Amino acid sequence: MTSQLPVLLIILPLFGGLFALFMGKGLLPWMWATLVTGVMLVVSLLLFGQVQEHGVVEYLLGNWPPEYGIGYRIDAMNGFILVVVSFIAFISTIYAGKSVDSEIPRDRGRLFYALWLLFLCGLLGITITGDAFNVYVLLEISSLTVYALIAMGKGRDRRALTASLRYLILGSVGASFILLGIGYLLMITGTLNMMDMHEQLQLLIAQGKYEKTILVAFAFLLVGLSIKMALFPLHMWLPNAYTYAPSAVSGLVAATATKVGVYMAIRFLFTIFEPSFSFIEMSASQCLLVFACIGVVVTGIQAIRQDNVKTILAYSSLGQICYIVMGFALYNEDGLTGSTMHILNHALIKGGMFLSLGCVVYKVGAIHLKDLRGLGRKMPFTMAAFTMGGLGLIGFPLTAGFVSKWFLVKGALESGHWMVAAVIMFGSVLALIYVWRVVEAIYFQEPEEEKEVTEAPFSMVWCTWILIGLSLIVGLWATLPEEAARSAAQAMLGAG
Amino acid sequence: MMIGLYGVIAKRNMIKQAISLGLFSTGIFLFYISMAVISGNFVEMGTAPIWVGEPAKAYENTAGRMIPYDNPLPHVLMLTAIVVSVSILAVALAIIVNIRRAYGTVEEDEILDIEAQEAEG
Repeated sequence: MTSQLPVLLIILPLFGGLFALFMGKGLLPWMWATLVTGVMLVVSLLLFGQVQEHGVVEYLLGNWPPEYGIGYRIDAMNGFILVVVSFIAFISTIYAGKSVDSEIPRDRGRLFYALWLLFLCGLLGITITGDAFNVYVLLEISSLTVYALIAMGKGRDRRALTASLRYLILGSVGASFILLGIGYLLMITGTLNMMDMHEQLQLLIAQGKYEKTILVAFAFLLVGLSIKMALFPLHMWLPNAYTYAPSAVSGLVAATATKVGVYMAIRFLFTIFEPSFSFIEMSASQCLLVFACIGVVVTGIQAIRQDNVKTILAYSSLGQICYIVMGFALYNEDGLTGSTMHILNHALIKGGMFLSLGCVVYKVGAIHLKDLRGLGRKMPFTMAAFTMGGLGLIGFPLTAGFVSKWFLVKGALESGHWMVAAVIMFGSVLALIYVWRVVEAIYFQEPEEEKEVTEAPFSMVWCTWILIGLSLIVGLWATLPEEAARSAAQAMLGAG
Repeated sequence: MMIGLYGVIAKRNMIKQAISLGLFSTGIFLFYISMAVISGNFVEMGTAPIWVGEPAKAYENTAGRMIPYDNPLPHVLMLTAIVVSVSILAVALAIIVNIRRAYGTVEEDEILDIEAQEAEG
């Protein structure tokens, strides 16, 4: 049974989503989705345990040898990401119950959960697979469902539709680029299995063959992946998409989708290409660092200029992605550890913050700065969660953000990029400003008109606090996640 | 393929953008298919592969001559990619229909105008 775990992780949400379609209007689809994601969480934890104990887990679909069939391959890196994604998925599914009920017409509920589960199927599939073309297919599954999920926000604001279409067009172009890149690699290596590809490419590079084809493949993949993970300046689709999506969707997508994009980039740059090749010979290191640094500053400033709190968070997500990219572009162990840690931390923090905003939407119905005024007294738990999350974003000591930024700065100094360290610090200052603007509105400003607002439902606040609370725990007691992240970093660097 | 990419970027009409997206992905299909072609000895083009009991690079035709066959893998990949691209187009058009209902237009410029007015008013 345990040997079948990897494929279970994909099959559960795939068929779960299908079944959700046939489940009436009531609470049933939600309960079903909660059950499925709960089992997924257990499965991914078991897998993570297996990987920590025995090293790499491989699974061959249909028992075809890897050069013909599709193989799943789980190492310390994607085991870690699997746990993060399925955990966030579980929590936000519980959360979604009430929130989705209020934002999406009742009869659409089952469609929503069907898409929701398929989206998770795509994300986990990308993470777990060891086959390059499989990545593309699952990428499209997750993107297609997320376009539809975002468009479901149309009941509240019709701009959700345009945001979703913009995301669809850019996202499809990005995915097409990835497909092209994979095509070029297939052409010269004749294989789709990532490990095979790695070996063949190393051989070709050593022999100096097909230099131009490899270059073109590399360029297409890098651009495509950058669109998918919304690296500045290819991020234009993201802010609106996050702002107008239903609250639960913003939380889930912000916490997981771009993270999986980053994971894909790490996988392609470290596993398929030789890290020394992609970072030193192709100077992806410089190129990514420059864009990430500019990105941190620009998105920070953009975030300060916004009035819609969800948009502020969206821009801040962009900044955080730049941090993560910086981490692995530094190409040393501390940097990569920092960026893996930051994937976890940011998923917890930003997930929690979007969920707490979801509570506000549930009660107040709007999330502009002026709507938040005085809420500190009326919704104390929700707003406290938001504030703690904000501190994490800034990288305040004792919060999760501090730990990962510590590693990033350490990595930057180690490789002599003191400018990058400076930008990380400056980014924290910018975060301080935009978080402060919100916090000020919450606690220190009087509302324009008195409205009766009470605390959000228990299940929603509870889920928000689990995420935020965990991020605090990670901040205080960072050994376990740090070990996991470090072994992931070593696995990636050791692969080359 | 590049015509499609250009269209995605340059056209302001959403339907045209969707069509361009379709063109773009069709271009990629052709790219994959064309790399599968094996031209053999430049006289015989590769044909469809026929399973003759063991993986062989060539099989005999009726006259007893060896004929090369194309690499089937990219074709199979493209079957999947075609399905994906059709679904993308379907979702895109569905969203465009919804946009048309909500805004009354499918021109991106006009929608931007409407949104700007809303933001002011």
